[in-house]
Amino acid sequence: MGETPHRSAHAGTGGTRVTSGHEWPAGASARVAETSGNPRTPIGNGLGGGGGLPKARAFGAERAFRGLTLAAGAAVLVIIAAIAVFLIAKAVPALRANTEDFWTFEGWFPNDNPPKFGIGALAFGTVLTALLALLVAVPVALGIALYLTHYAPRRIGTGLGFVIDLLAAVPSVVFGLWGRDYLVGPITDLSTWLNKYFSWIPIFGDGPYGSSILLGSLVLAIMVLPIITSLSREVFLQTPTANEEAALALGATRWEMLRTAVLPYGRPGIIAAVMLGLGRALGETIALALTLGSTYAISFNVLQSGGNTIAANIANRFAEANDTGRGALIASGLVLFAITLIVNITARAIIYRRREFTESAA
Amino acid sequence: MTTTVTTHRPRPPAQPATLRAKRLPRYAAPAIAVAALLVAAGVVYGLGIGGPVLVVVLGALCYLAGLFTAANAVEGRRAARNRTWSALIHSAFVLAVLPLASVVWTLVSKGVERLDGNFFGTSMNNIGARDANGGAYHAIIGTLEQVGIATLITVPLGVLCAIYIVEYGRGRFAFAIRFFVDVMTGIPSIVTGLFVLAFWVLIVSPWFNDGRPGFSGFAAALALSVLMLPTVVRSTEEMLRLVPAPLREGAYALGVPKWKTILRVVLPTALPGIVTGIMLAIARAAGETAPVLLVAGGGAAINFNPFENNQSSLALFVYQQAGEASKYSPARAWTAALTLVALVLVLTIAAKLLARRNRLGR
Repeated sequence: MGETPHRSAHAGTGGTRVTSGHEWPAGASARVAETSGNPRTPIGNGLGGGGGLPKARAFGAERAFRGLTLAAGAAVLVIIAAIAVFLIAKAVPALRANTEDFWTFEGWFPNDNPPKFGIGALAFGTVLTALLALLVAVPVALGIALYLTHYAPRRIGTGLGFVIDLLAAVPSVVFGLWGRDYLVGPITDLSTWLNKYFSWIPIFGDGPYGSSILLGSLVLAIMVLPIITSLSREVFLQTPTANEEAALALGATRWEMLRTAVLPYGRPGIIAAVMLGLGRALGETIALALTLGSTYAISFNVLQSGGNTIAANIANRFAEANDTGRGALIASGLVLFAITLIVNITARAIIYRRREFTESAA
Repeated sequence: MTTTVTTHRPRPPAQPATLRAKRLPRYAAPAIAVAALLVAAGVVYGLGIGGPVLVVVLGALCYLAGLFTAANAVEGRRAARNRTWSALIHSAFVLAVLPLASVVWTLVSKGVERLDGNFFGTSMNNIGARDANGGAYHAIIGTLEQVGIATLITVPLGVLCAIYIVEYGRGRFAFAIRFFVDVMTGIPSIVTGLFVLAFWVLIVSPWFNDGRPGFSGFAAALALSVLMLPTVVRSTEEMLRLVPAPLREGAYALGVPKWKTILRVVLPTALPGIVTGIMLAIARAAGETAPVLLVAGGGAAINFNPFENNQSSLALFVYQQAGEASKYSPARAWTAALTLVALVLVLTIAAKLLARRNRLGR
């Protein structure tokens, strides 16, 4: 036997936590961890019966195991720091060699001598496609989630929910292939039509049509749709039945019940789902590498063939890249990393604040 | 007593009609739908501005407007809103099912074209643009080896990290780890690919590769494990939190040290849930293209050794075949995509079934 667990004084206090342990939302807080406590609390030896127990050894299995888990936990921080450090280390030489302004130059010629490349158009395309995709996907996804949880008959709801979960697991390359081979036709027709009747809106400009930002962001929207749906469906399912029934008992219509009971309760979860979708959309590589026309210009014309994103550009230009070219691509990846990091940290901060709020309210 | 009963009984039928809310007759909704479609068809074909798709879209909008007006006039504002939102939610469902069904149908119908023994038994070595045969044997080997190594790296690390967060970690450091695990879920796959490119392929691998940077399947496994780690940690963490406190306390009361309690009591109880999380992480990693593209290089020949020379993977195979000019490559791409989706779905379904049998369920 290694060493003793906590003192009996400690173990007794577990009683109150026994029931509450199940009720927190999963991953809500570290409170369960606190009940198990630190094995090395100072109250040890003086208290009742303690003298009869063996003393804690300085280098027992307990310490070793604890150190092992601590190392694994620290590894996460090390990996994140290492990502930043190594990307910067490889990006800096290429950025030094760049003869144009990295932020504003519209073009990508890092293999030339002198190398010229700029991130502006790529970052713009990344944000534009991701936002357009979310604009399409989020309302539809929330609609489906509400349909599956509150409108559809229960059997159909669970069955289709399972199918949506499966679709969320389909690799993005499949969506990219489908978009490139099959969605191009309808999108070209749609683009022609939009341009004919709505060309007075500046985003519906002239062609050539086909592999445009519109196509890319629609493929992206279809790809993130199952992800956002399956997450928000879980959130809607967790609404306490009592809240829903109370709303209905007060005479609310079904929509009013959804608006007053289900949506407010699920708001942090919905934000989390949308942010996860945004993260996926920002970082999506292959689906966009297959569907975008890859040009290097900042243009709001979503119909014209062209558009590019940081990730798609990396996939498209990696094969031909020399040393500086690789450095340039790594520099662009660093920018993408920074963008997603900012989005994620903001989202997590919102969720953590919100979660405390709903937890105390519930 | 009897008198009260007799006076009460006739009341419900005698209730004056004005006390009941007026409702639209049952035929109202279909009638409005038909009228809306007719109006839309009249407008579209009368003005010659589009085809049947536009008729349906315009008809749906007319239906929503007509339904709201009619319900507003007869049933009142609240009921009208309820009906309109209900219609919107149903149409969101239909809107999303169409493209997703199209993806699935295309995948299956195109994928079975090359689904033969030759596809699974040969590689792309010495296959020219005019050869109709050639297969994905090398890619399947690559996927299995890379995902296998990534799992071997990730599972111990992720489970230990989750144990630290739940059982030992306290205060700011544990919170920081939790927070950055959450942030890590949002790191784009291409960035992890670039990280391994900068760290392993360009800096570490030249040490034992005669000074030249070498692509390898192991590098891809490293990138995939960075992607899998947050998923494994999060799901393990949630499962560990669900383990009832009395189990731990019972073990402590018997004098079992903490590390042994975790390994012998807590982990086995949470095991099915942990395995589910791991399988979902594997399914996601198997479908990733971008990191493999950057660090494994992708080759046409069979390579069983993950530590040396280029390796391909199924997802990368799809992407490469999609980019090739040969008229036979689309069929290969679709069949590989079907194989990949089948692999991912089998893993996902198995994980979900396992989760359903989980005793700890939420």
